[in-house]
Amino acid sequence: MKSSVIIFPGSNCDRDMDVALKKFGFKNKMVWHNDSEIPKSDLIVLPGGFSYGDYLRCGSIAGKSKIIKSVIDFANSGGLVLGICNGFQILTETGLLPGILQQNKYLNFICKNVFVKIKNKENKYFKNIKKEVLELHIAHNEGNYFCTKDELKSIEDNSQIAVTYCDRKGNDNEENNPNGALKNIAGIFNKDKNILGMMPHPERMIDPFLSGEDGSLFFENLTGSL
Amino acid sequence: MVVVNEKIAIEHGLKKEEYKKICDLLKRTPNLTELGIFSAMWNEHCSYKSSRRHLKKLHTKGEQVIQGPGENAGIVDIEDDDAIVFKIESHNHPSFIEPYQGAATGVGGIMRDVFTMGARPIANLNSIHFGSPSHEKTKNLLRGVVKGIGGYGNCIGVPTIAGQTCFDESYNGNILVNAMTLGLVNKNKIFYSKAAGINKPVIYVGSKTGRDGIHGASMASAIFDDKIEEKKPTVQVGDPFTEKLLLEACLELMAGKSIISIQDMGAAGLTSSSIEMASKGNLGIEIDLTKVPCREDNMSPYEIMLSESQERMLIVLEEGKEKEAKKIFDKWNLDFAVIGKTTDSKNIELFFKNEKVAEIPIDFLAENAPMYDRKWIKAKPPKENKFSKDNFKSLKLKNCLQKILTDPNIADKEWIWNQYDHTVMGDTIQKPGGNAGVVRVHGTNKAVAASVDSSATYCHAHPLTGGKQVVCESWRNMISVGAKPIAITNCLNFGNPEKEKNMGEFVECVEGISEASKYLNYPVVSGNVSFYNETKDKGIKPTPSIGGIGLLSDYKKMMTMELKNDGNYIYVIGKTEGHLNQSVFARNILSEFEGPPPEINLFNEKQNGMCILNLKMENLIETCHDVSLGGILTAISKMSIKGNKGVKLFSIDGLVNKFEYFFGEDQGRYIVEIKPENLENVEKMLKKDSIHFDKLGVIESNQITYGNDLKISIDDIKQGYKNWLKEFMVS
Amino acid sequence: MKLKVIVTLKNGVLDPQGKAIQQTLNGMSFDNVSEVRQGKYFDIEVNEKDERKAKSQVEEMCKKLLANLVIEDYKIL
Repeated sequence: MKSSVIIFPGSNCDRDMDVALKKFGFKNKMVWHNDSEIPKSDLIVLPGGFSYGDYLRCGSIAGKSKIIKSVIDFANSGGLVLGICNGFQILTETGLLPGILQQNKYLNFICKNVFVKIKNKENKYFKNIKKEVLELHIAHNEGNYFCTKDELKSIEDNSQIAVTYCDRKGNDNEENNPNGALKNIAGIFNKDKNILGMMPHPERMIDPFLSGEDGSLFFENLTGSL
Repeated sequence: MVVVNEKIAIEHGLKKEEYKKICDLLKRTPNLTELGIFSAMWNEHCSYKSSRRHLKKLHTKGEQVIQGPGENAGIVDIEDDDAIVFKIESHNHPSFIEPYQGAATGVGGIMRDVFTMGARPIANLNSIHFGSPSHEKTKNLLRGVVKGIGGYGNCIGVPTIAGQTCFDESYNGNILVNAMTLGLVNKNKIFYSKAAGINKPVIYVGSKTGRDGIHGASMASAIFDDKIEEKKPTVQVGDPFTEKLLLEACLELMAGKSIISIQDMGAAGLTSSSIEMASKGNLGIEIDLTKVPCREDNMSPYEIMLSESQERMLIVLEEGKEKEAKKIFDKWNLDFAVIGKTTDSKNIELFFKNEKVAEIPIDFLAENAPMYDRKWIKAKPPKENKFSKDNFKSLKLKNCLQKILTDPNIADKEWIWNQYDHTVMGDTIQKPGGNAGVVRVHGTNKAVAASVDSSATYCHAHPLTGGKQVVCESWRNMISVGAKPIAITNCLNFGNPEKEKNMGEFVECVEGISEASKYLNYPVVSGNVSFYNETKDKGIKPTPSIGGIGLLSDYKKMMTMELKNDGNYIYVIGKTEGHLNQSVFARNILSEFEGPPPEINLFNEKQNGMCILNLKMENLIETCHDVSLGGILTAISKMSIKGNKGVKLFSIDGLVNKFEYFFGEDQGRYIVEIKPENLENVEKMLKKDSIHFDKLGVIESNQITYGNDLKISIDDIKQGYKNWLKEFMVS
Repeated sequence: MKLKVIVTLKNGVLDPQGKAIQQTLNGMSFDNVSEVRQGKYFDIEVNEKDERKAKSQVEEMCKKLLANLVIEDYKIL
């Protein structure tokens, strides 16, 4: 299995993602944002960070970068594209995923462990994960998901909600919403489910000495389903 | 053209006699640019003129030390060719004026100090002090500072792993923002600021130069036009994105062999960086200011030399490597300009539009900078405050504990560190809120622990003891996570050194720091001094912040402070005499503010600490937490809350009353958790070293109990402890 | 009445956001953009009929909260 991680000048989770992908069996290559071609890959990852300083709107400037056309072409041909945190923001800014990530409801950056409920397992990202609730880690200032009513209807009709914030037991109500996201949305797919954007960082949860190990389940499944 | 005179010199912060010395050295009147350079180099921040004489007394040596004070940062060996570069620095005044930008650029500045030496930053820490919570400015300053620290560190992608937040009314008009960074470097690939060789190109890289932070807001308006206010912002604005680019570009260039020396442009910008490089290399330097990339129109040589624009570096390159280097900075979209060369003149020579605009012998600026032996007075040992039975008569343990756990200086600070990315880089194995932050050395079994500590209350009561205490506190934090303490960096925040009392506090704190660090082989390898933390004649309490680091050769042996398992025993290691003077209990419950701080016994300190490490080595202890502010019961409560486990406390023998026993702040103590099967071996080891210990209690249920005197559930104490800060910030 | 306020960075203060936007616009072949500076815009509804009084209140708000005069200027429209 081959993967490529795109590095924008302000990416800062690129190394963490590289470590995680390799740990779970990917042959990973790092691709510079100013390149125009991506090596042959089964998976492209847009990592977390601040791509271009996250000025104007998060991900907006990355959405205009040189490499992004290749990412869009790859996605449109059915390739797997995973955007974590800032990567999710970039995917919405390029239009590959609907909606936008606004500033957190309480206006603060949040770095902590959260629980997310898997809402759809009929896709390569979550297919063989046995658990229903994962403990993952968030670290963001703009993770408050928003979309229009029509978009939400279409997202729900097509089962595009991937994960929602919840408590340990899977209750995804407002009380367990860390950032004000619409419907507690922590991650969504495109219609074909080959593109996934999510705020939580599975790559920070791959070792019992770190925040936890549920991220390993995510990567193990990904290796298994490719 | 402005003609310099004594009045203008004084407006630049120089003393009359200092201006005279400048004229005598030069044998002429300096021009404005030259005066600006002298004032920057001779001010307290660059010249350490009040502190130099005393800083020499610090203990700075040890076989682990690769680089002590005097460089951009200190460096210690952590084996296998790995080394840690680290330093703490203050950004107090800018943070008070513009808390977000002040704190942000403080973080940016200290990170540049570290990566200038070739190290990739791996952890950030901070120590922040604010005025009384009831002071009108406190809340906004706290919010701004926290956002600024997070805004910068989060963006760069370096985890903020630990810190310290204090409140005291002495900071009402002068908050403290001290930022610390640790970087990892191969010990054979360290870069220094000392230039070498003649005719080597001097390169400017990073952001463009603007009129940011040009000092002397009080400068005679005659020098500029009437739009002076608009033209001269004095607060620098940070751009973490550019710093990230600069970090990556510098590390990429450092991987090759073209750099002779490199220095970041921090305080006094181009002036101090160019002079420092030349001075250390015993060379001269020639700069054409026309070539400096500027952001604004019509900048004068004076402004270019004194600008404190952020995210800039100065590099002396090997000849012929310019093209190769420029390619890297182009890739990262950063400015790159050859602005001068090294010379053998031993002068700094500045040119602007083909004209020489300044020429000063470098040793006038560096070695000949003034050094003062300021008058100081020794603090009298405070008289002990004896408490009588009456003081305790109406008190209940439960109420006291609840009140102490919601004391602003004790209450949980999660509201703050949840705003810092503390897990990026994937190696943070101990998060904020413990005894120390711990990060793994990427790809190895090693880990580095770090913490920042200060004890202004103790230092204020008795500076010598206070100075010793802060070092010991830092040492204990390293021990408590299972790390071998290696070295410290200090940020010395004090009031006005021209006042004998303040100067005395400084001198005696430094003596205390020196004595303790020498005894514990915990040397000072870097630091900075911040004087004049004073508003309207009211100075801060003496506040040396100590940033310590320690090494775990096997990260799997790391200890944490949360209680683990029911049925395990709790011991306190070290003797409890019940010292209440200057304790949180005395101030918060008894409203007594006088008296001496707890005594430091360095022999016991070392003995107890080493013993804890040995116990852990033998796998005999499960949990460790040092006893500090608020004494034993406060420590136990925090351990209980974190582990969600209760404790049954056994009755105490001896003559100490229960308030003194549970809330006394005697030093050199740790609380450990021990499995029943290990009790015998633990006691044997402790007795062998004649270390005092008390069998304190056993882990059970979900409440803390002490006979009939105390019964309180974990949920009850958690409420106040966890919520105080959150509620304060939204109220 | 409704008042509009614009807060901008003072001349000469570095504007990292503006700089990044300008570079991107240039990269998108808007070559003739030589500078972008970003500011904040506020609509403020004040329960006050006297325009002069309303303006002076908003002026106070600008000084005390909306702008930090160390680095920012404000304009009431």
